[in-house]
Amino acid sequence: MNMFEYAPAPESRSVVSLQSSYGLFIDGEFVDPRDGGTMKTISPATEETLAEVAVATEADVDIAVAAARRAYDTVWGPMPGRDRAKYLFRIARLIQERSRELAVLETLDNGKPIRESRDVDVPLAAAHFFYYAGWADKLAHAGFGADPRPLGVVGQVIPWNFPLLMLAWKIAPALATGNTVVLKPAETTPLTALLFADICRQADLPAGVVNIVTGAGETGAALVRHPEIDKIAFTGSTAVGRNIAQAIAGTRKRLTLELGGKAANIVFDDAPIDQAVEGIVNGIFFNQGHVCCAGSRLLVQESIADELLDALKRRVSQLRVGDPLDKNTDVGAINSAEQLARISELSSAGEAEGATRWSPACELPSQGFWFAPTIFTGVSQAHRIAREEVFGPVLSVLTFRTPAEAIEKANNTQYGLSAGIWTEKGSRILAVADKLRAGVVWANTFNKFDPTSPFGGYKESGYGREGGRHGLEAYCA
Amino acid sequence: MHEVRVAVRKTYKLYIGGAFPRSESGRTYQVTSTDGAFLANAALGSRKDARDAVIAARKAFPGWSGATAYNRGQILYRVAEMLEARRAQFEAEVAAAGESPDTVTESIDRWVWYAGWADKIAQVCGAANPVAGPYFNLSVPEPTGVVAVIAPSTPSLLGLVSVVAPAIVAGNTVVVIASERHPLPAITLAEVLATSDLPGGVVNVLTGRPAEIAPWLATHADVNALDLSGVVDPQLATDLERDAAGTLKRVIRPAATPVDWAAEPGFDRIRALLETKTVWHPRG
Amino acid sequence: MPEQVHTESSLRRFLHGLPGVDTVGAAQRTAMLGTRSIKTTAKAYAIDLAIRMTDLTTLEGADTPGKVRALCQKALHPGAGAPRVAAVCVYPSMVATAHEVLRGSGVELASVATAFPSGQAPLAVRLADTAAAVADGATEIDMVINRGAFLAGRYLEVFEEIQAVKKTCGPAHLKVIMETGELATLDNVRRASWLCMLAGADFIKTSTGKVTPAATLPVTLVMLEAVRDFAAAHGRTIGVKPAGGIRTTKDAMKYLVLVNETAGPDWLDPARFRFGASTLLNDLLMQRTKLSTGHYGGPDYFSLD
Repeated sequence: MNMFEYAPAPESRSVVSLQSSYGLFIDGEFVDPRDGGTMKTISPATEETLAEVAVATEADVDIAVAAARRAYDTVWGPMPGRDRAKYLFRIARLIQERSRELAVLETLDNGKPIRESRDVDVPLAAAHFFYYAGWADKLAHAGFGADPRPLGVVGQVIPWNFPLLMLAWKIAPALATGNTVVLKPAETTPLTALLFADICRQADLPAGVVNIVTGAGETGAALVRHPEIDKIAFTGSTAVGRNIAQAIAGTRKRLTLELGGKAANIVFDDAPIDQAVEGIVNGIFFNQGHVCCAGSRLLVQESIADELLDALKRRVSQLRVGDPLDKNTDVGAINSAEQLARISELSSAGEAEGATRWSPACELPSQGFWFAPTIFTGVSQAHRIAREEVFGPVLSVLTFRTPAEAIEKANNTQYGLSAGIWTEKGSRILAVADKLRAGVVWANTFNKFDPTSPFGGYKESGYGREGGRHGLEAYCA
Repeated sequence: MHEVRVAVRKTYKLYIGGAFPRSESGRTYQVTSTDGAFLANAALGSRKDARDAVIAARKAFPGWSGATAYNRGQILYRVAEMLEARRAQFEAEVAAAGESPDTVTESIDRWVWYAGWADKIAQVCGAANPVAGPYFNLSVPEPTGVVAVIAPSTPSLLGLVSVVAPAIVAGNTVVVIASERHPLPAITLAEVLATSDLPGGVVNVLTGRPAEIAPWLATHADVNALDLSGVVDPQLATDLERDAAGTLKRVIRPAATPVDWAAEPGFDRIRALLETKTVWHPRG
Repeated sequence: MPEQVHTESSLRRFLHGLPGVDTVGAAQRTAMLGTRSIKTTAKAYAIDLAIRMTDLTTLEGADTPGKVRALCQKALHPGAGAPRVAAVCVYPSMVATAHEVLRGSGVELASVATAFPSGQAPLAVRLADTAAAVADGATEIDMVINRGAFLAGRYLEVFEEIQAVKKTCGPAHLKVIMETGELATLDNVRRASWLCMLAGADFIKTSTGKVTPAATLPVTLVMLEAVRDFAAAHGRTIGVKPAGGIRTTKDAMKYLVLVNETAGPDWLDPARFRFGASTLLNDLLMQRTKLSTGHYGGPDYFSLD
């Protein structure tokens, strides 16, 4: 060999011991579902079946909600904040202690590169519990009144793109404020939530405080409909979020929604080009583009468009697509056949509508669900790939001439979750950030997250914030 | 011997984009006092009036949300000054609606209270976030956008002020449907707003039937939030909330228990119509 | 002379017109690349490549002919089966000594020059220093730039001095040390890199090793971007040499990954990338032994020269 080719460097699977089947985690125990329904969860990288998982029906959800209500009334609601804090600190520590196991399991079930689950998802999940643990006995100082009260039983429905991290975003603030939880993980990625249930047991968290009900859309709908739920927190598609908002109309249920996006990543001609290229790549190819805040629309100033695109293509050609468990993999598997079909359909539409499609030469595995990193140039705002959320590794490139045009195009969407700005001119950053209608604006960086930093959208990207002091509001009366 | 002077009566119209048009529908409805006496013909606002009002509110949004907080505070305070100067007229109008003159006093004071909030909101709701990395990270509140409001039917003036002021103080623009039974103080308030340096379109006042107009606002794709505080019919509230979900509008539901509009309002109404924007920048 | 450098002001405009570097973003990129896992066959290849790229260096006031001769022997006989290093790097006064040992071996003889490490001597002295080293047999000259002039914004002066040294080098290759630790910012590193390349450097080099910080991954990243972009713009390939502070195989692996994923595989060659190091070689040799035998080695099994 006279080339510097990275030899395979797979993370060992042995740290994870998978059960052949998993029940529902209700009232501190794993229980079989009432009607015995199950579904399979597979590895999207190989299509291998990882485990069978229970499908919760309305009856199971009812039992879970009752358990959560009991725990709320008898244990968790009355418990002093400082004691709730200690349980959350325990959970944070247990996530750290079992981080390797969680990372490997997340990568197996989700298809994301181990580098990301190891360096992003799991550490951030632990950090979230650490952050909100500290709030549990300091709520009087959070600016929501002298004695903010919990809402009661919270129903939480989370997506498959960051299974454990979204669980942390939901459960940590809910528990810190004294609520109890019934959480439904995504149909295709239930395993880390079930491992989290085990972490709750290791932490001796009182029974019923956290309940995990696995299943598909029907399970989530049963949770949303349940009359004993006081609040729904949902992260997922705008279409489902809309259904939930409609379903709870006329009730006293509170609702927070973190939905889709079509973020503009705006690169001005005075940008730090090499870092901008990294930011564009990180913005759209991080987690295979399965990111609601992905920088899926690149708005580049026309005067540097050719130069930037050359650099971008050179960089994208270096992305290492393949085995998610390999420590050197940059882009992993698409999470499901269904999602792959949607990405393929929208990409075909992009071509059919006249945009120019480009992907680097890269060999995709024959098994599993894969999609090569893709860049569309010559895209206009009218194209579907510029308006609809692809939720995959597909970047649409548009150009602009002036800051005003960039802002206008960036805001010309029904979404408003995030945006990026690249320029060395500080005053321009502040002016443009001010005018972007988006909940998170990354200037000279992209896709950064932190438990102290509020995250959430404008417009049809949802409402409510997760993270930071703001994240408490969703769970306080 | 003098004859009794024949009063010059006022024509009550709508307030849209800083102007006082009649309803495009040409319709009016009779407004009477509590003892049944005829007071005026108010405009019976229509779907198209609502549409025009949303256009006016959207047009006003960049300027109003982009104004300095200090400037917005000054203008809200100016509203209080103008209201104070016309106190007698409002007292007469609320009296005809069977409401206490105290509600006028409270209304004036409420503008003053909210005026003072303008340049505090960002400090109360904003945050410098200590992220674990080399980043400057700041969260700032921003107005949600165009807010459609169904004002409480009574107290007609105080209820209206209590829902409009918290929306506009942060930079939102408003389309408000006034009290159906007692719309006259709302139009007189519009005259105050029109002479208080408040840019046209920041507040747009419709009179008429909420049950007719509100669904058009609840489904309007260019409305960002819906305040149902004045909706008493639970079925209408449910329908409007469901309509609003179509474009995921922020919704303020009617209160579960009767509201004491005279009590100090607190911060919740301001907060309900804010977005939080978080900006990251590397430090290096 | 390239069009960018007709005058002081055109040179300044050019250098200040280069895209800025975001420090945090650059550090993040190198940190991410630092997580690349180089195992088995890739590691074996990379270790030998790193040895072949090493400029085995001694630059001490206490250097003596004996010490230099020993180092040259180490360069020629690194250990069982290991390839030879790229060069031995010494002070000008030691060039003649080293030349006696290395002559005809294929191992290059590099000499620091130009009043290394500070460069704070009259230009005539610096040129004489260079000429002497070349005359004594140096095939590569590691000069230092005039950081004072650079930081004062006298770019043309720096440019002309590099040109003068280059001319003095004759056939010897010129590595230009920017002393990035004194340039302080990555924007300066990018500007200095372009300045050196335009002036005729064959290599751009981070550091003398006498200033902290010496070579860092972000600095090397920016230099690799510069040589990549320079080659695209001018068709001339410039080498990069990080020097100082690179002591372990793990460090070297990170640099090689950085080269591979920034400038590209074309630069994975001793003609285009060098490590300026003294203790790195033994760690590379030790790791090499570990790979081939399967057990860990000890320092007593590797010569200390």
